[in-house]
Amino acid sequence: METLSFDYPASQPVPRRAHVGVVGSGDLEVLLEPSPDEQAHVRVRTSADGFGEVWKAVLDRFFARNDLAVAVEINDSGATPGTVALRLAQAVEESRA
Amino acid sequence: MSRGRTWFEALAGTPGEDEPASVLCADGSVGGEHARFLAVVPNPSARFSRALGGELGLEEGWALARYVREVVADRGGRALVSVVDVPGQPYGYREELLGLHLALAAAVDAYATARLAGHPVVALVVGQAISGAFLAHGMQAERILALEAPGVAVQVMSKRSTARVTRRTVEELDDISREVPATAYDIASFSRLGALHRLIEGVNADEPDAEGVEAVRGALAEAISSARGDGAADLSSRLASPEARKNRGASLRVRERLTEEWDE
Amino acid sequence: MTVPTRIKTRFTELSARERAIALLDSGTSRELIGPFERLESPHLEPQGVVPACDDGVVVARGELGGERAVVLAVEGLFQGGSIGEVSGSKIAGALELALRDAEGGKPVRPVLLLETGGIRLQEANLGLLAVAEIHAAIVALRSYVPVVCVVAGMVGCFGGMAIAAGLCTCVVMTREGRLGLNGPQVIEQEAGVAELDSDDRRLVWETIGGEQRVATGFADILVEDDVAAIYGALRNAFGAGVPAEHRSEQVGRYEARLAGIDVSEHLDGQALRARWESR
Repeated sequence: METLSFDYPASQPVPRRAHVGVVGSGDLEVLLEPSPDEQAHVRVRTSADGFGEVWKAVLDRFFARNDLAVAVEINDSGATPGTVALRLAQAVEESRA
Repeated sequence: MSRGRTWFEALAGTPGEDEPASVLCADGSVGGEHARFLAVVPNPSARFSRALGGELGLEEGWALARYVREVVADRGGRALVSVVDVPGQPYGYREELLGLHLALAAAVDAYATARLAGHPVVALVVGQAISGAFLAHGMQAERILALEAPGVAVQVMSKRSTARVTRRTVEELDDISREVPATAYDIASFSRLGALHRLIEGVNADEPDAEGVEAVRGALAEAISSARGDGAADLSSRLASPEARKNRGASLRVRERLTEEWDE
Repeated sequence: MTVPTRIKTRFTELSARERAIALLDSGTSRELIGPFERLESPHLEPQGVVPACDDGVVVARGELGGERAVVLAVEGLFQGGSIGEVSGSKIAGALELALRDAEGGKPVRPVLLLETGGIRLQEANLGLLAVAEIHAAIVALRSYVPVVCVVAGMVGCFGGMAIAAGLCTCVVMTREGRLGLNGPQVIEQEAGVAELDSDDRRLVWETIGGEQRVATGFADILVEDDVAAIYGALRNAFGAGVPAEHRSEQVGRYEARLAGIDVSEHLDGQALRARWESR
């Protein structure tokens, strides 16, 4: 298991917190809450070691498109980058629902 | 001879001649209290062949339930003493087809019912106490006692099988058991979880002498008396122990939060 | 219930959280110790296993058929729905509170949604202790109010939680559901493929599948894999009330049934149904 952290400058708030997904094989859960500062903070716990660069790429891309000051927690059980991106998008959508 | 039989005979004498031969039942007394003693032992001529080695199978589950319910029905307030030395439940096609899960539930049900009806229910672990078999025969007791001896162990699954299922080596499991005592296989580690009323030291588990048997009798008598005096016919004493506060903290925290949030 | 009746929703496609919400009367559900409390297992990260924020069990209070209820839903996709210290305590603790309310004259309808392989090996004896506490709570509670469980699949219900199902007042199963003590793969591993070929799906379902279990009296209601159908079955189960004798109390009946089995003959699911159907 690996724990990874990422921070991004961010300014837009989210109206509410959101939780999506399940920590099942090939899937992940995302907890998303307003960040206490003008940054996005992401913590990832993942069962698949050695994919730090891949996580960075996915998250860089996500926060380049989404200027959101959110605290994100991810518990991942080997999801593909595509699934990660999907769950992040779902979480944002739910936070606006 | 299995430890279960050794201790059953030392404490309760000769069992009755009923079927199935794998379940020993005798009425006796300990410390002035009337008690029914129960044990599950190997039976080489068991009808269901996957339960030859002392496993708690179909016949054993229902027979235990019958013997316990007799005690509840006669309303004498007798205590129940489970002598525990069970290697687990049988792995078999027929067992599953014929509802092994229900046979074990029947034993759980009977012991819990007896406890709720005010009968002191005490378990004495003298050997193995594995998984479903221990859930059915011993885990519904208000007081669990165990001998501090090699071969006395509470486990969910054998180390070998656990290693296979969790895809670890046995060495890795041993390392983990130092971090997570709940996964350790020795009885001292189990006692740190706070559910054991007494760990009885200095007794030869395989060939007890008269002194050893007396020590265990004394411990049983105290446990029965303690259970009677408790008032609560539930398992709450397990979580009230100092060890539980230390090593089952999450169990307590969950209950605290549930209580706080239960009503709106 | 939130699902519009014109849309059939497969229950087994829903997560545990979605299942719990779907079975409570519309708008009444409220989760206890929700995801953001992050009450996860303290034992998994030290072993290099990724935890879930809710440890794989959802506790949802609300109403079912207008009556106070609590749904305990096990997430089968997290660690096989296995029961650890936190997940087990969520179930046991909720049942204990339901019991407290019942003793105080305000019963709560308890529903267990069981997708579970049994005790979580990584937490071993902590799971074992929690399961024993679940058993104790079910036996105490079911004299006040039916304790109803649903085994829908796709994980099924095994191990110590299958014993819990055996203690329940009413067991609702779909055809896809399986209920047994040891899983087919474990039996094959321990006893060999001649004992049970776990890849033979038809054999497995004929032995421990929902239809077989209902036909042989080990489960009570067979339902379609559909939210509305399961909701209806729950209402019927609670409507029937507490029986005079629970299945796990019927010692005479089951000892007679077992005594009537000829152990020298091969016994299959069909033959057992024929034998037990009218007994």
